[in-house]
Amino acid sequence: MPALLARAVPWLFVAAFLAFVAAFMLAPMVTVLVQAVWGDHGPTLAYVRQLGEYRYATAFANSLILSAAAAAVGVVGGGLLAYALLRPGAPGWLRSAMTSFSAVAANFAGVPLAFAFISTLGTLGLLTAQLKRLGIDIYGLGFSLYSLGGLTLTYAYFQVPLMLIIITPALRGLRAEWRDAAENLGATVWQYWWRVGLPVLWPSLLAAFVLLFGNAFSAYATPYALTAGNIQLVPTEISNVLSGNVMESPQLGAALAAGMIVVMTAVLLVYWLAARKAARWRR
Amino acid sequence: MAVVALQAIRKSFGGRPVLAGIDIALAQGELVSLLGPSGCGKTTLLRILAGFERPDAGTVRLDGRDITALAANRRNMGMVFQSYSLFPNLDATDNVRFGPRVRGVPRAEQSRRAEHLLELVGLGGHRHKFPHQLSGGQQQRVALARALAVQPDVLLLDEPLSALDAKVRAQLRSEIRRIQRETGVTTVFVTHDQEEALSISDRVAVMNEGRMLQVASPAAIYREPADAFVARFIGAGAVLSGRADGPAVRVGAVALPAAAAAGHPAGTAVELFLRPEHVRLDPAATPPSGALAAEIRELTFFGSLTRVRLALDGIADSEAWADVASDRADGFQPGLRVWASWDAAAPRVLARV
Repeated sequence: MPALLARAVPWLFVAAFLAFVAAFMLAPMVTVLVQAVWGDHGPTLAYVRQLGEYRYATAFANSLILSAAAAAVGVVGGGLLAYALLRPGAPGWLRSAMTSFSAVAANFAGVPLAFAFISTLGTLGLLTAQLKRLGIDIYGLGFSLYSLGGLTLTYAYFQVPLMLIIITPALRGLRAEWRDAAENLGATVWQYWWRVGLPVLWPSLLAAFVLLFGNAFSAYATPYALTAGNIQLVPTEISNVLSGNVMESPQLGAALAAGMIVVMTAVLLVYWLAARKAARWRR
Repeated sequence: MAVVALQAIRKSFGGRPVLAGIDIALAQGELVSLLGPSGCGKTTLLRILAGFERPDAGTVRLDGRDITALAANRRNMGMVFQSYSLFPNLDATDNVRFGPRVRGVPRAEQSRRAEHLLELVGLGGHRHKFPHQLSGGQQQRVALARALAVQPDVLLLDEPLSALDAKVRAQLRSEIRRIQRETGVTTVFVTHDQEEALSISDRVAVMNEGRMLQVASPAAIYREPADAFVARFIGAGAVLSGRADGPAVRVGAVALPAAAAAGHPAGTAVELFLRPEHVRLDPAATPPSGALAAEIRELTFFGSLTRVRLALDGIADSEAWADVASDRADGFQPGLRVWASWDAAAPRVLARV
């Protein structure tokens, strides 16, 4: 009997977890997908067709551009930061301090983050004013915190630390002997990175990009607090149609959410195909 | 003329001296082992030769040219590392082609070298396998082929066998020697394993605490150790402290026959080194001429021979060893009284410092 119990215990825990996933991820997903194609009078593609309207097409385009840009900034910025911190000679205390700070910063988003950026880089922000005093009018030069560029900069605040946290183990996995061996064989630093370092890191970089893309794609509170819905993004549009002052259409909200699911599924598919190719040597 | 010469090399890390003035030169086609305990500085010396470390003082010469300040990627030396260092994203062929490729060797020549060298190391059938699909021994063979693919002036082997199991280690050791002889490449082999160093090298350089204690042929290192550390570090044997007394070393009241003691002034503090293969054991009741009474303490079976640990009568805490052919060791057992003797010419006698 104890042996039977021992075999049953893992299954009990897995079943409990699967039930949890089914209740709070699969069921809402199915509900959204059904709602998107189900009107007051039965099945319909009217709400899905509405996604082609200028407003929603723009929201998808903006969300894709913003998420790709924020993910790219995160991957490059966080990657370089992690590399600099892991280089031989970098102080150990700085490394641990940055790791601890990143754990906090990666989770600092929403209204407080928006407020922090408005008070620093808003039209009347502290840094904006200081720069103006020095003769640099950043808004006059075309910058706006309330644009896609401004949002990308704001997102960088949590994307870069998140990247630092997720890429550090992969960077640690690059063995010093590979670099020594490459150098010994006559390679320059660039040749090492091009032929060994980056190809080895590539699957991790791809995975990090997808994670950061998803993180930016689903962000709601930060862009809403920053732009008050003036820049169309899918999450803010969903909010508008579900509880907006102008209109209320749960089916359209579901169609927008279904669109997000399709985008993320497509991104994951592209990732899977790219990662399969990039990690050919691991199999 | 020496192909490689390291002259007066000094190196410290954090104020701690690691190399304290090393001089060594290698002739063309020679295989020299750097042998010593962990932390003796042998790997640092190899890394200085490879260009990964810069010495605090001293000169590294290649064919008479001073290359001390030359970057590692411009030295034309092939290196095999202790831990498996194959590039994990490249298959065996591409690993071997890596060096020629980054040096701009034509593609056809890269492939020709890779094919030839993988055949040479016995991995012709594994050309397209990735490192994780190869065993440890196979990975080190590919690493050897990769190091040779750049047609190096000097081949550097940094404990390349230490991560392998005993059988593979012995096999790969003789293959490295075969390949080194076939290619004629001047080679530096770092190891802490004396058996490895003695069996593979033209010369062995014994190091300790950042100093080069002796550079000589394996036989000379074994038979004529230059100092007490070398004698203790290489091979097994008894080390007995006493005073020179004509053709003997006197330990307390016991005179141990040692012709070499005659070269030291009478009464000088000396150490006598006695190899196990020089000691004969006789369980007979009457002592052979010049034999010392002893008691067997322990027997260790090594297959064809059995090593016998002895306590010599009259010398407190003395330990000596004798190697006996296993088929003649049946009567020996711990506690048995025996007579131990050796040719007076056999022991090495060194002044005690």
